[in-house]
Amino acid sequence: MMISKAPIRVGLFVTCLVDLFRPSVGLAAVKLLEDAGCVVEAPLRQTCCGQPAYNSGDRRDAKAIARQVIDLFEGYDYVVVPSGSCGGMLHEHYPRLFADEPAMARRAEGLSARTFELVAFLTDKLGLERVDARFEGAVAYHDSCSCLRELKVRDQPRRLLSTVEGLTLAELANPEICCGFGGAFCVKYPEISTRMVDEKIEDIRASGARTLLAADLGCLMNIAGRLHREGDRIEVRHVAEVLAGMTDAPPIGGR
Amino acid sequence: MERTSHAFKESAVRALQDATLQMALGNMRVGFVGKRQKARERLPEFERLCDLARDIKDHTLKHLDFYLEAFEARVKAQDGEVHWCRTPAEARQVILEICQRVEARTVTKGKSMIAEEIALNEFLEANGIEPVETDLGEYIIQLAHEPPSHIIAPAIHKTREQVSDLFFEHHRQYGKTRRLDETRALVDEARQVLRPKYVAADVGITGANFLVAETGSVVIVTNEGNSDLTRTLPKVHIVTASIEKLVPNVEDVWTILRLLARSATGQELSTYTTFASGPRQEGELDGPGEFHVVLLDNGRSDVLGTEFQDILRCIRCAACINHCPVYRAVGGHAYGWVYSGPMGAVLTPMLIGIEEAGHLPNASTFCGRCEAVCPMRIPLPRMMRHWREREFEGGHSPPTFRRGIKLWAWLARHPRLYGPVMALAIGLMARLAGRRRRFRVLPLAGGWTGSRDFPAPEGQRFMAMWRARRAARGGP
Amino acid sequence: MSAGKEAARAAILARVRASLGRGPGEAARPDELARRLAGGRPNLIPARSRVGAEERLALFVRMAEEVAASTVRCASPDEVPGAVGAFLAGHNLPSELVMAPEVEGYPWHAAPTLTLRKGRASKDDLTGLTGAFAGIAETGTLMMVAGPKSPTTLNFLPDNHVVLLPTGRIFGAYEEAWAELRRQSPRRPPTTVNFITGPSRTADIEQTMQLGAHGPRRLHIILVGPDAPPGEAPPGEEG
Repeated sequence: MMISKAPIRVGLFVTCLVDLFRPSVGLAAVKLLEDAGCVVEAPLRQTCCGQPAYNSGDRRDAKAIARQVIDLFEGYDYVVVPSGSCGGMLHEHYPRLFADEPAMARRAEGLSARTFELVAFLTDKLGLERVDARFEGAVAYHDSCSCLRELKVRDQPRRLLSTVEGLTLAELANPEICCGFGGAFCVKYPEISTRMVDEKIEDIRASGARTLLAADLGCLMNIAGRLHREGDRIEVRHVAEVLAGMTDAPPIGGR
Repeated sequence: MERTSHAFKESAVRALQDATLQMALGNMRVGFVGKRQKARERLPEFERLCDLARDIKDHTLKHLDFYLEAFEARVKAQDGEVHWCRTPAEARQVILEICQRVEARTVTKGKSMIAEEIALNEFLEANGIEPVETDLGEYIIQLAHEPPSHIIAPAIHKTREQVSDLFFEHHRQYGKTRRLDETRALVDEARQVLRPKYVAADVGITGANFLVAETGSVVIVTNEGNSDLTRTLPKVHIVTASIEKLVPNVEDVWTILRLLARSATGQELSTYTTFASGPRQEGELDGPGEFHVVLLDNGRSDVLGTEFQDILRCIRCAACINHCPVYRAVGGHAYGWVYSGPMGAVLTPMLIGIEEAGHLPNASTFCGRCEAVCPMRIPLPRMMRHWREREFEGGHSPPTFRRGIKLWAWLARHPRLYGPVMALAIGLMARLAGRRRRFRVLPLAGGWTGSRDFPAPEGQRFMAMWRARRAARGGP
Repeated sequence: MSAGKEAARAAILARVRASLGRGPGEAARPDELARRLAGGRPNLIPARSRVGAEERLALFVRMAEEVAASTVRCASPDEVPGAVGAFLAGHNLPSELVMAPEVEGYPWHAAPTLTLRKGRASKDDLTGLTGAFAGIAETGTLMMVAGPKSPTTLNFLPDNHVVLLPTGRIFGAYEEAWAELRRQSPRRPPTTVNFITGPSRTADIEQTMQLGAHGPRRLHIILVGPDAPPGEAPPGEEG
C-alpha cells in the first residue's frame, strides 16, 4: 500500500524514562513503527521533554528544553512518543509555553500537530488494525491520565491488544482514576500517592489480570514498585513490548 | 476561621490514618460520580450548554463593572440595598450594623461560602448575636464547632453515629433525650429543633448562587428549603455574595442552572430555585421587610485580566471536588481553609496567599479529571501550574526541590554531558540492583521507597543502543 | 450611603476597570450590553421539552413523579375539592388546610368536610393549598410567584403542600414560563419566584436521601384541565 509512496519519516522521541530505565520499550516502538513501514530515526541529542521543570513551575527551564526538542524534531513527518504524558507535553503544552513568542509559537504548533502517542499513531495515522504478536494470559490495560484526557487515547490500545494471540483483556473497575504517580507529586506527597496507587492495585487484583500494561513508564514504575513492595506477583510492562511481541526482557522491576 | 493550609501535608497524613473519616469519605465514592454521569447522559445538550455557560461567564467578567452597576440600580429600584465591601472586615461590619439596627438577637443562616470566607459566625457570636445554621450539614458542623469540609456537603466527613452523638449532646436542652440511630429520625429531630428558630429569628442571612443584572434578583438554590424559610420569615433578609456571581439575564441563569444540579448531585434541577428580588411589596402577606445584598470583592477584582481569571467562572457545583482523587483520599479539612479540592487549590492561594497555601496547587497529579467534569470549563490543572510558577518565581518552593529541578534541567539542556553522566548512573544502579532488578531503599529517594520498591534501570541507555545500531548499519 | 461605603463602591469598580484595562463608563459596545441586559432571548432550550401539549403534560407528570411528587388529574375544577379530600384521607391527614387566596375561586362548598383558612402559613399548619403560576415540563418543576394572593410561606412551612395546576399552564422550558411572567409583570419581577421540583430533601447524613428536610415532606400536584379556571390565561404558542 505504501510502496509507491515515499516512506513516512518518523522522529522517535523516546522520553527520558524509556531512554534511561527501559530501553526495551524504545526497541519495541522502533519495531512496531518499522513493521508498519516507517523510517524511524531517534535524534541522538534528545534528553527530556521538560515536564519536570514545567510541572514544578520552572517555566524558564521548561521553555529552554522545549526549544531544544523543537529544534531537534522539526524535520520529521511525524514525532512519535511512547508515552502519553510526554506526548501531551509536546502536543498540548509546548504551544502554550510560547504563547508570548509568536515565531516560536508557530514552530511549537507545527510540532504539536505532528506529534502522536505511539499506539494512537499506529492505529489512527497508519491505520494498523492488528499486530503479529503472542502473549499468554489475562492482561489489564491502565489508562494514563494524559493518554485518556489530554490525548483522548482509550480504545486504540485495547483494539490492538485484542489482536494479540493468547491474550485476554480484563477491564479495571475505575479506569478513569489516576494511579497516584504525578511526577514529583509521588515523592512530595507519598502518603496520598500510596493511597491512590493502592486503590489502583485493588482494581488490578480484582480484574484477575496477571499482567498490567500501560503506555506511560511513570505510571508503570509507580504501580510496579507498589506491587513489589506488597509482594504481589502481577507483572508490569509497557504496552509496546506486548504489541511488538518483545517480552523476553524481565518485567519492570523484575519478577 | 483558622487557617491551616500551610500544614496540608501533616493534616493529610492524619486524615489518611483517621478510620472514621475514611469511612465517611467512602460514602461519596458511590454517590456523586455515578449520578452526575447519568444526568449528563440524559441531557444530550449537556456539552453545548457547558460551552454556552463558559461564554456567558466570560462575557460577564469582561463587562463586570457594567453588570455590577446595572444589578445595583435594579436592586435599589426594587427597594433593596447593595453594600459594596472590599474586605471581609468591611462585610462583617455592614452585616453587624444591620443586625444591631434591628436589635437582632438570633440570626438564621442558609449555606453561604462567602459567610465562611468572612468568618461571619464567630464575629456575630463575639458581638452577642446567635447565628443558627439551617442547612442540615451546616447545622451538624456548627454543633461540632468545625468548618465545612465540602462546599455542597459540608458534613460529608461525619458518620451517622457522630451525628447521633452530636444531637444527643446538644438537643437535650430542647427536651430530646433519646439517642437516635436512624437517619430519618435524625433529620426529623433537626427539623423539629430548627422550626421555632426560623420563626424567632430577627434576621435571615443566605448566600447567592447568582445575581441577575436584568432583574436585580438573587438566585438561591437549595434542596432542603432552608434558605427560603431563612429569607421569608425574619424581618430582614441579608444576602452575602461575591462580585463574580453576576449573570446578565434570566435566560443566562437558566443555561447555567441546567448544569449546576446535574454537575453537583446528579439531580436534573435542585428542589428549590428561588429568584429573590427585593423586600415584601405592599399587600403581600409574607416576605422580609428589608432586603440587603452584601457584595464582597476580597481580591477578586485583582484577578480579572490575570492567568487566574477563569476561576471566577466557578459556580461552586463541587464536581471537581467529587472527582478529585486527592480530595477523596484526605477529605476537605486537610486543605486548611474554606475551599477544598481542585477549585480550592486554585482559589485559596488567591484569597489567603500562596505563602500560606502553597501546598494546595502542588498536591495534584494533574490527572485532569477536575477539568474534564467542570461544567464551566475551568482549566483547573493549568491554573494550579500557574500557582506553582508564581511560587517558583517568587522563590517560595522548598530550596532542595528547586536545586534538584534546576540541576536536572541544566543537564537536560547539555546533551553531551547528560549522556555520559546518565549512562554512568544507570549502569551503576543496574549493577547494584543485580538480578533482583529493584531497590527497597535508595539514597535520597525516601519519598519513593518509603512505600514502593524502585524499579532498577535495565542498564543501557536506549540512545546508546540506537547509536550502536546506526553504526552497525553504516549510518552517520 | 455613608462616605466609607461610597469609597468602597468606587474602589471596587475602579479596580475592576483597571484589571480589565478600561476607564470608567468605557463599556465596550453599550448597545449590545443593553440588549443583553434586557434579556428575553433563550440561549439553548433542550429538545426534551419541544413537544406538543399532550406530550408536554405527560413529560411534566413523569418528571415530577421521578422526584417524588405525586400527581392526580381532575377533568374540571368541580372535581378538585374531592381530590384534595382524597389526598388528605389517603395520608390520614386532618382536613384542615391553609389556603392561598388565589385558589379561593374553586367550588370548595362542594366539600363541606374541608376546613379552609385563607392566608399565610404558620409553623403549626400541616397542609398548605396553593395554585401555581406555571408548571415546567422539562424537569417537572412548579413555578410559584409571590403576591398578595399567593404568600410564599405556604410553599415551605406546612408538612404537606397541595398545588392546583391548570394543565393549560404547563410550559416546556423555564424560559417560556419566565417570558410569560415578563409579560404579566413588565415593570419589575415579583418579590419572590420559587421554582419547586419535588418535596424538600437532604442527603447531608451519610449521603442518604431523606425527604422533608425543612420544607414539605409531600408535594401533591392536582392537574386541573382541560378547562383553565377563570382569570388564568393559557400559555402562548411556543416556537
